[in-house]
Amino acid sequence: MPEGGLNPKAVSTDGGPRIGVYVCHCGLNIAGKVDVKAVVEFAASLPHVTVARDYKFMCSDPGQELIQQDLRDGLVNRVVVASCSPLMHEATFRRATAAGGESPSHVQMASIREHVSWVTADGDDATEKAKALVAGAVRRVALHEVLEPRQSPVRPDVMVVGGGIAGIHAALTLADAGKHVYLVERETTIGGHMAKFDKTFPTLDCAACILTPKMSAVRTHPNITLWTYSDVVSVEGYAGDFRVRVRHRPRYVREDLCTGCLACIDACVHKQGKFEDEWNEGLSKRKPIYIPFPQATPPVVVVDREACIWFKTGKCPRTCVDACERDAFDFEQTETFDEVEVGAIILATGYRTFDASRMPEYGYGLYPNVYTSLEVERLLNAAGPTNGEIVLRDGSRPRTVGIIHCVGSRDAKHNLWCSKVCCMYSLKLAHMVKERIGAEVYNFYIDMRTPGKGYEEFYDKVLREGVHMVRGRVAGVTDEAASPEEEGHLVIRAEDTLIGSVRRIPVDMVILAVGIEPQPDAQEVRRLFNVSCGSEGFFTERHPKLAPVSTFTDGIFLAGACQGPKDIPDSVAQAGAAAAEALAMIDRGHVTLESSTAFIDDAACSGCKTCVGLCPFGAIAFDEDRKKAAVNEVVCKGCGICVGACPSGAAQQHLFTDAQILSEIEGVLEYV
Amino acid sequence: MTKPKVAFYWCASCGGCEEAVVDLAEDVLAVVDAVDIAFWPVALDFKVSDVEALADGELAASFVNGAIRTSEQREMAELLRRKSAVVVAFGACAWLGGIPGLANLSSRESILEFVYRGSPSTSDGDGVRPQEETDVPEGRLRLPHFDETVRTLDQVVDVDYYLPGCPPPVDLIRSAVTALVEGRLPEKGSVLAPDVALCAECPRAQTKPTDLKVTQFRRPHEVIADPETCLLAQGLVCLGPATRSGCGAPCTAANMPCTGCMGPTSRVIDYGAKALSAIASLVAPSDEEAVGEAVDRLVDPVGTFYRYSLPASLLHRRVERDAAGSRGGGQGWARRS
Repeated sequence: MPEGGLNPKAVSTDGGPRIGVYVCHCGLNIAGKVDVKAVVEFAASLPHVTVARDYKFMCSDPGQELIQQDLRDGLVNRVVVASCSPLMHEATFRRATAAGGESPSHVQMASIREHVSWVTADGDDATEKAKALVAGAVRRVALHEVLEPRQSPVRPDVMVVGGGIAGIHAALTLADAGKHVYLVERETTIGGHMAKFDKTFPTLDCAACILTPKMSAVRTHPNITLWTYSDVVSVEGYAGDFRVRVRHRPRYVREDLCTGCLACIDACVHKQGKFEDEWNEGLSKRKPIYIPFPQATPPVVVVDREACIWFKTGKCPRTCVDACERDAFDFEQTETFDEVEVGAIILATGYRTFDASRMPEYGYGLYPNVYTSLEVERLLNAAGPTNGEIVLRDGSRPRTVGIIHCVGSRDAKHNLWCSKVCCMYSLKLAHMVKERIGAEVYNFYIDMRTPGKGYEEFYDKVLREGVHMVRGRVAGVTDEAASPEEEGHLVIRAEDTLIGSVRRIPVDMVILAVGIEPQPDAQEVRRLFNVSCGSEGFFTERHPKLAPVSTFTDGIFLAGACQGPKDIPDSVAQAGAAAAEALAMIDRGHVTLESSTAFIDDAACSGCKTCVGLCPFGAIAFDEDRKKAAVNEVVCKGCGICVGACPSGAAQQHLFTDAQILSEIEGVLEYV
Repeated sequence: MTKPKVAFYWCASCGGCEEAVVDLAEDVLAVVDAVDIAFWPVALDFKVSDVEALADGELAASFVNGAIRTSEQREMAELLRRKSAVVVAFGACAWLGGIPGLANLSSRESILEFVYRGSPSTSDGDGVRPQEETDVPEGRLRLPHFDETVRTLDQVVDVDYYLPGCPPPVDLIRSAVTALVEGRLPEKGSVLAPDVALCAECPRAQTKPTDLKVTQFRRPHEVIADPETCLLAQGLVCLGPATRSGCGAPCTAANMPCTGCMGPTSRVIDYGAKALSAIASLVAPSDEEAVGEAVDRLVDPVGTFYRYSLPASLLHRRVERDAAGSRGGGQGWARRS
């Protein structure tokens, strides 16, 4: 017999509510602060409460069994669980109540952990607060109506938003499992940041060698529809049945005809590249017609409307068109739209790197030989602006290179978080620079963070290679020489905390290890897909440990660095997990719908239409003949917007009627 | 056969409700035919002592208009309650507090200070305020006590029925009196008007789009409204969607938005909050700054959304706190039953 006292009262036989109150200790999470026994004793004294018990872990099997046994014994027909927040375990206790033979809607939770024990300093205060919440829940549950759980079918297709390594991996996993995937990427090619890298840590695999096979697999996979240069403009519906509208921006070259022969680029009237090449971080120039890199997927050129002479003046011999054997040019192209219906959505929208010009003390943008790490990735890349040569802007080779870690990260003035990947990629860059040109390399770090399989070993290897490590935050980069040997160099000033002195180290090249930030439009994307994000802008997972790829919106999952800084292995692992979650949902075939749906009292509806346009799920229809609005309860998600907005109280919601809410408030206040 | 006796009485009100009775026109004759008016200070010369002389419950019905602000109003409400089988809260003020209820935005002290000293039209003189008791050679004069808070009739006495409106529409008065005389009264506590919002009887309703979004709210003097299109669709704050019907929509017919005098439907606990959330849901912009600009054009939100119902709202009144944070102003009120 589990612990917890029974306080049986005469069970009423008039069919009225018989309420059981179950107070959870949650180990010491609750019991360490709240006097659980006192709450049980208090609950037992409340009207209609026939049983009050406590248990160490109510959510455990024996805890649930306590509730089910009381239900089976007829001692209770309504259940109040005083434990964690409903978000955590309402589903658990609804299931337990249903298993005990009672309607799952006859459950109410009192959150005495999140709302009480975790946030209340004084134990006596906490106990009083817990009693008040229990009093409110008891009053409320007595008014709960019987609602049957409902189910809705799930569409088998999935949308993946973002075509970096996370999105690619998720799309391929789903497609290999036989699901049709729409992969939407706003750039002209998939590949994301990884496609810009030369090697990957710690194994030093060539990024392109491991990535491009996956990119081409995406392109040729019969189950993947790849939409690049496209973005999502609207999302409607709900888990299992999303309607997503996607905009395709014009490339002015037909994707179905272009073979990527690049003859048009050679033929362009611009003999040399003249416009900043975004793919190479501005380190090279491209023409108005271009392809970001040779293995771009799809291998389709794109015309930059802002730069193209034909678009600017209408006067151009259009040698590009003549050069095209496939007749793929279409200068009349406009935006087009597609609307698809999918059961689940995976967000893999990635990150951006910290803008180094926000830290003027490091001289980025001021001194030409200060580079960001991403620029150096391009320099190292054989397909980059220098064909893999590490040269300075004047074409010379640096003999000494300083790499500054934590640029924009772990910094109260910029981003508080550790970007997680910078130590490792800084070590990788140090290794590569040393290997390629034999330069002296100095790494300036605050703490060396190398947890991960083979990561510490890699650090050790780089140390053995003779890379100099200076532990301390860099104060600044300057070109003002303080001694003859500093003349003509950039000088990195840093405190070396290991030897306890300030050092000035002259170098030819400075590499800023810029951190990871949310995408600049993360807020808009968040709203579009109805997911939440933290104050810094990374999307919030449903639970940091137990639901790391789910969101608070059912059917929408997260993969990669849009959820927080991640390296490639973590992003791929998370993408696989997101694909698995989506698969589980689709193969289950149905989602359980919220039973607390809204409904409109037909006689009370004045036909004011306030609710109709507000419903985010399109669940409200207006009958023009009868001049009444009605909720389609299959589509309704129970968000309550129409209920709050209905000015005459005609729209109401199961389990959230005014009577139920007010009785709860009154229960709390009456005790207070 | 003796006719049922009825009383009409006014508390904190403007006289419009009395006017509404007169507006029955020749139908008032039918009323007089059917009932004996035992007390009606505005029209007939009965005294309080006449009411006091009646047996408890002898009046078939008392129609009380106006909110309750003074000790005299409270005493009269209690007296009429005792003498009546049925008490009807007549009009918006008696039901919800009405326009006089907006005084709950101010304290008693600040009202007296303004009226007897601060207002521009008051000559300061020696700053004398009326006292509840004043001794004069002829004896002691007494004035009623001026309460801290304006209350609805049912916050003071038990009320059986409510007639909404400012003033109540003639049709509703007629059917209420008829129902009373014929003994066909509905469930106690009912509001004697249709329980559906005004849009149901507004001829403009069909012109309202289902996805209405308002970019800029306008006030009636800023625009000549199209006479046929939904006023909300023209950016005017029309409270018809939140307000009971039964008035026949005379305001919207006269090109003026509904201001909500008919009060909420039976399903709504706090009229102003409901009306406000409905109007707020129409705001077109979604970014915070633009939303702020849009709603800043809603001048005097309390006076707009709680124009007739502040004392009946969940908050009842503005509460003033002193520096120590303890609550001043306000006083207890009876709970609505």
